[in-house]
Amino acid sequence: MSAKTEIINELKARFGEGVSEQATLDRIPTVWTSAEHLVEVLKYLKTGARAPYRTLYDLTAIDERVRKNRPGQAQGDFTAVYHLLSMERNSDIRVKVALSGDKLSAPSITGLWKSANWYEREVWDMFGIEFEGHPDLRRILMPHTWKGHPLRKDHPARRTEMGRFEFTEEKLAEEERALKFRPEDWGMKANGNGTEFMFLNMGPHHTGTHGIMRVLLELDGEEIADSALDIGYHHRGAEKMGERQTWHTFIPYTDRVDYLGGVLNNFPYVLAVETLAGIEVPDRAKVIRVMLAELFRIMSHLVWFGTFAQDLGQVSPVFFTFNDRERAFGIIEAICGFRMHPAWFRIGGVAADLPKGWDTLVRSFTKYMPARLKEYEKVVLQNSIIKGRTKGLGKLSLDDAIEWGVTGPNLRACGIPWDLRKKRPYSGYDQFDFEIPTATGGDSYDRVWVRFQEMWQSLRIVEQCLNNMPQGQYKSDHALAAPPRKEKTMKDIETLIDHFLDVSWGPVMPAGEAAFAAEGAKGNNSYYLVSDGGTGSYRTRIRTPSFPHLQTVPGLCRGLEVADLVAILGSIDFVMGDVDR
Amino acid sequence: MQGVITPLIMIIAILVSLTTMSAGLIWMERRLLALWQDRYGPNRVGPFGLLQVVADMLKIFAKEDWVPPFSDRFVFILAPAVIMSAVLFAFAVVPFAPGISVIDLDIGILFFLAMSSLNIYGIVLAGWASNSKYSLLGGVRGAAQMLSYEVFMGLSLMGVVMLVGTFNLRGIVEAQQGLWFFVPQFPALVIFFIAGLAETHRIPFDLPEAENELVAGYHTEYSGMKFGMFFVGEYLGIVLISALITTLFFGGWLGPVLPPVIWFLLKTMFFIMLFILLRAALPRPRFGQLMSFGWKLMLPLSLLNVLATGAALLLLA
Repeated sequence: MSAKTEIINELKARFGEGVSEQATLDRIPTVWTSAEHLVEVLKYLKTGARAPYRTLYDLTAIDERVRKNRPGQAQGDFTAVYHLLSMERNSDIRVKVALSGDKLSAPSITGLWKSANWYEREVWDMFGIEFEGHPDLRRILMPHTWKGHPLRKDHPARRTEMGRFEFTEEKLAEEERALKFRPEDWGMKANGNGTEFMFLNMGPHHTGTHGIMRVLLELDGEEIADSALDIGYHHRGAEKMGERQTWHTFIPYTDRVDYLGGVLNNFPYVLAVETLAGIEVPDRAKVIRVMLAELFRIMSHLVWFGTFAQDLGQVSPVFFTFNDRERAFGIIEAICGFRMHPAWFRIGGVAADLPKGWDTLVRSFTKYMPARLKEYEKVVLQNSIIKGRTKGLGKLSLDDAIEWGVTGPNLRACGIPWDLRKKRPYSGYDQFDFEIPTATGGDSYDRVWVRFQEMWQSLRIVEQCLNNMPQGQYKSDHALAAPPRKEKTMKDIETLIDHFLDVSWGPVMPAGEAAFAAEGAKGNNSYYLVSDGGTGSYRTRIRTPSFPHLQTVPGLCRGLEVADLVAILGSIDFVMGDVDR
Repeated sequence: MQGVITPLIMIIAILVSLTTMSAGLIWMERRLLALWQDRYGPNRVGPFGLLQVVADMLKIFAKEDWVPPFSDRFVFILAPAVIMSAVLFAFAVVPFAPGISVIDLDIGILFFLAMSSLNIYGIVLAGWASNSKYSLLGGVRGAAQMLSYEVFMGLSLMGVVMLVGTFNLRGIVEAQQGLWFFVPQFPALVIFFIAGLAETHRIPFDLPEAENELVAGYHTEYSGMKFGMFFVGEYLGIVLISALITTLFFGGWLGPVLPPVIWFLLKTMFFIMLFILLRAALPRPRFGQLMSFGWKLMLPLSLLNVLATGAALLLLA
């Protein structure tokens, strides 16, 4: 805890009354400041402090208007939350600003972090908080014609609360007006350098964009003079649903955020809930979780690997990797009964114990994969056309990567071994023997290489799980573990009461805040949960890695060709569900 | 009367067998790709899925043949016809066996080169007339690629022509009685094969289509049988290039025991499969890389080949 107080004391010494501390249930130091001090405080944290917080990890807000339990916090209708990360320090800090009044506004920090651009747009879109000085404050996830701000507490969450929807002629005309493309809206211009640019609309339905995303290209011949991304087509209101579901019933929704990641999404969510509840998970459950998570990491990487090769015109690898993935799905199906979205983790453990014969399945997979990976290395990684197209392409420097909030394999390709499984071991990752592959170039090829090597490391972890699966319970006996273990319900009254309440209402988590970050397949994935002492979350913030990753694309592809854009998009490995949530 | 009917029957027979063959190729490519990609491919309609082609044909004929209102209607309709007829014309000079060819032209190779140049028009016109940005990019790519690969395609054949002293394809086959030309003209074979790949715009030279980048390139806006004609045109192109490789470098119909036509078909089939295998194996280069490969490596190589062949002929003479 000393690291936690250290930075707070440092801030207090510098800003005096300008900052105040808040206690949270996680280990992230949290301070309040005012809108006028905000930029100064953040600037100090980014550049002034020793081992500075160089990454804007997340930026979000909370509608505080109906929250009951918030002792010692600054009063205000809304709170803007700035989550910074220092990789040097291996520590986070949360800076909060209370906002009130009819015109909610905070100063924009796009001058400090370029990555704040999309985050501030999202907060504006979802909460209606204005950021003064933002260059382009428009909706980002919701349609441009949307009325209201969805994550406000007074915005309906259900269709039935919204009143009758009618698609009138006027509405049609309005929607069509909103669809009209004007280059100025996207910060692009029709002419430049003596040429008239051609605007190419890539997407929302395009094979190269891996999901429904629109890339607006300003082309000079085939050269990309400028580009802009239009996201939000895949927005499903996952955060809003988090406020509507109970702690337990939200788990299946998390699966679908990064829809290739399966239980890798459950991981940060259940860990955050367990932090709120103070649940200690039994060893067996921990190892089962790690094993499933690593299998999903391999599967996610296999899909990406095949589609990446496909993006470069190589048609076969995608079939090979999907076949391998199918084998891994066989294991997942045998253990969980589901395939892509097993929703298998539970608060306090996993849904059920491993079935008989699981070890045979896993063993045959770990025996089968190495030969395949070796083949892929020859076919794809050592292919000279692939090398020629990706080496030196879309270079991201380490400084830029940190600045943009890039995490996961994309960051490790820039030369820093930042992996939460090693840096902040959770669920017993410190007990496993594995390495963190890194590269130094930061180009497309390095990103591909790092991810490919990760599959080897994940296989190693799965093998260790297989050989060292501990005996014991698969779920904690804690009263808040959900659904509670049934073995003792009919034998003692306490457990019966817990069981009845947990199953009928869902567990009631203590009021407070906690965030947990885990290493997903694509980068750091974290859930920031605010509990108001109810059966469901008061605010669920999902910080996904693909969101900031995608934001770097226009910078990476400037001056390159359309074909290069596809190679860059393929190497970044994003999933639109993970971007739009 | 006799003088008209025999060639007419020959033309019809060759035309029918070529189009059937290229349709059958669609099935073969899908099955072979499936074999190499750990899957089944079409295996439901008829024995081994052979009737899949028939089903596809019926479907494609029954499809709405949509001409986009924003397109240049006349040229839009013309383009697929240009591609298909250019390839079919080129087949006129291919000697399948002694006596089995449409016409025995003394300028056979030149005629083939001329027809394959016409092919470009189909792509450029399709890309232009569609009036769509993806098609335009595809068309421009196609034009640039085919123009530059055409240059050394022609040059690579000059070695063979110098050896035989004729442009007549029948003459070239007959000159290979003793030694097939892939031995003395091996570099030319490689260069011609690569140029042929580019000519048929197959992976790794499928940049005019490049579905991951340009949706479907120059034929993005095409549907129904017009799309089908591009498709069949592409397969006919593969057959054509394979047939020419057989004719120019592998002794055409020459071979022991089996009848000449069978030899010709077997050899052609082998190269067709090589085309398909390449598609299963290779990724696609970037456009700039493709151009510099053509101009900086292939062109000098084919010039060197002409030079070396000439020098050898002079020395031996």
